Amino acid sequence: MSTTTLIPVAIPTALRAQVDGQSELQVSGETVKAILESINQQYPELGKRLFKTEGELNRFINIYVNDEDIRFMDNLDTTLKPSDEVAIVPAIAGG
Amino acid sequence: MSYVKCLKSKESGAEYPIEPRTVCDIGFSPVEVAYDYAAMQGKVTRASIEAGPLSLWRYKDLLPIEGEPKAGLHSGWTPLIKADRLAAELGVKELYIKDDSANYPSFSYKDRVVSIAITKAIEFGFDTVGCASTGNLAHSVAAHCAAAGLKTFVMVPHDLEEGKMVGMTVFGPQVVRIQGNYDDVNRLCSQIADKYNWAIVNVNLHPFYTEGAKTYGFEIAEQMGWKLPQHTVVPVAGGTILPKIYKGYKEFIELGLVDDNNPTIHGAQAQGCNPIVTAIEEGEEIFRPQKPKTIAKSIAIGNPADGYYVIKDILKSGGWAASATDPEIIDAIKLLARTEGIFTEPAGGTTLACAIKLINSGRIPKDESICICITGNGLKTLEVMQNQFTTAPVINAKIKEFDEVIVKGNITASTVSA
Repeated sequence: MSTTTLIPVAIPTALRAQVDGQSELQVSGETVKAILESINQQYPELGKRLFKTEGELNRFINIYVNDEDIRFMDNLDTTLKPSDEVAIVPAIAGG
Repeated sequence: MSYVKCLKSKESGAEYPIEPRTVCDIGFSPVEVAYDYAAMQGKVTRASIEAGPLSLWRYKDLLPIEGEPKAGLHSGWTPLIKADRLAAELGVKELYIKDDSANYPSFSYKDRVVSIAITKAIEFGFDTVGCASTGNLAHSVAAHCAAAGLKTFVMVPHDLEEGKMVGMTVFGPQVVRIQGNYDDVNRLCSQIADKYNWAIVNVNLHPFYTEGAKTYGFEIAEQMGWKLPQHTVVPVAGGTILPKIYKGYKEFIELGLVDDNNPTIHGAQAQGCNPIVTAIEEGEEIFRPQKPKTIAKSIAIGNPADGYYVIKDILKSGGWAASATDPEIIDAIKLLARTEGIFTEPAGGTTLACAIKLINSGRIPKDESICICITGNGLKTLEVMQNQFTTAPVINAKIKEFDEVIVKGNITASTVSA
């Protein structure tokens, strides 16, 4: 896909302060990793919260592509199509 | 007065006021209630607890509420059974069952966490309460909210057992069934909590809710005569109860209410959903999520939010974990029923089946005290026991036909002497 195609990324309330209050970002990238790196460049404060170390996601954050956890796909290397939607969701408990 | 200090991040140490809050702003880690244990010394004693009500509220000083309890006044204080017949069967010396299948009002351990969550929802002034649930939590939330006069929204997987669906629906909540498994429900619920100003017990009330699970551990300790079992076997789903039982034990030790015997905590999961067991067996501190496939639906959580802390606490305590297949779960349900007269749901069967594996593998020595945590009731999941028993004979009300049942069944029966 063209790198100019924008993918919507849903931002949870807890992270909106780091993106000027936006609930959704439009980001270009061919993989989840590329999307997150692009977010990191534009919003380094959010980036700090998304990654534990470089290349390793914060374990308390789950990333979904079209409602599927990326850990069931290719994790950060999961590739994206123009129609895909990405969501950042904090892990929550229950039962 | 309350001994609560603040909410504190489990990772960054950041402190927050007592408020509805899901996670720490800095790294998304869970936040936990912090208490002033020094101020409790000499005031929170065996005597002060024993003078309290026969409910989980006897531990009010160790729970995060500001005023008087407003929900679940009769929850907790469930039986701790010295399970001698089961112990003989398993060849162990000292075995206890903590039986929350008898919890009030909804027959699972969830009545503990919900009592605290609903009290906090009222303290915070919410009029609508919700949850994501595999059944038991929704049942409990719906019952407590009905009694408190709160509006209720519960989100559950679409394919729950009928007993659980009827059990929650009778209280009049808005029930929404979600296509997918619990982890899908959970993700949606996290997004719902972002949008609607509701108290979601396992999202923005999570820090308070989870504290209620400590009372399970407090009761084990008090009912054993103010001591701790050497081994506690706990089912693992989202990962709330295991770390909180451990926290409860540690608080009692800190306050000098019990001796420190270095209690060991073990985890139990169904084989069809065992991310924690897999991580422990493979020596990983981070689990990989799974797509659940098991009859133990109440613990079918493939992406346990507090799983990281479950692994950490099990290993720190010197414990281990095991998983049980569906047939092993059914066999354990029958064994517990046959030996102790307790009918548990598949989660309880899982816990017993895993305890047996841990005993047989030597992880739990046979001569040390063991407590098995039974957290739910078998009457809610009757489907799983279908076709497990021979059909009972039907006869006419005639003594001759009854005699035939005795003869055909080869039943030993003494008769009254003529």
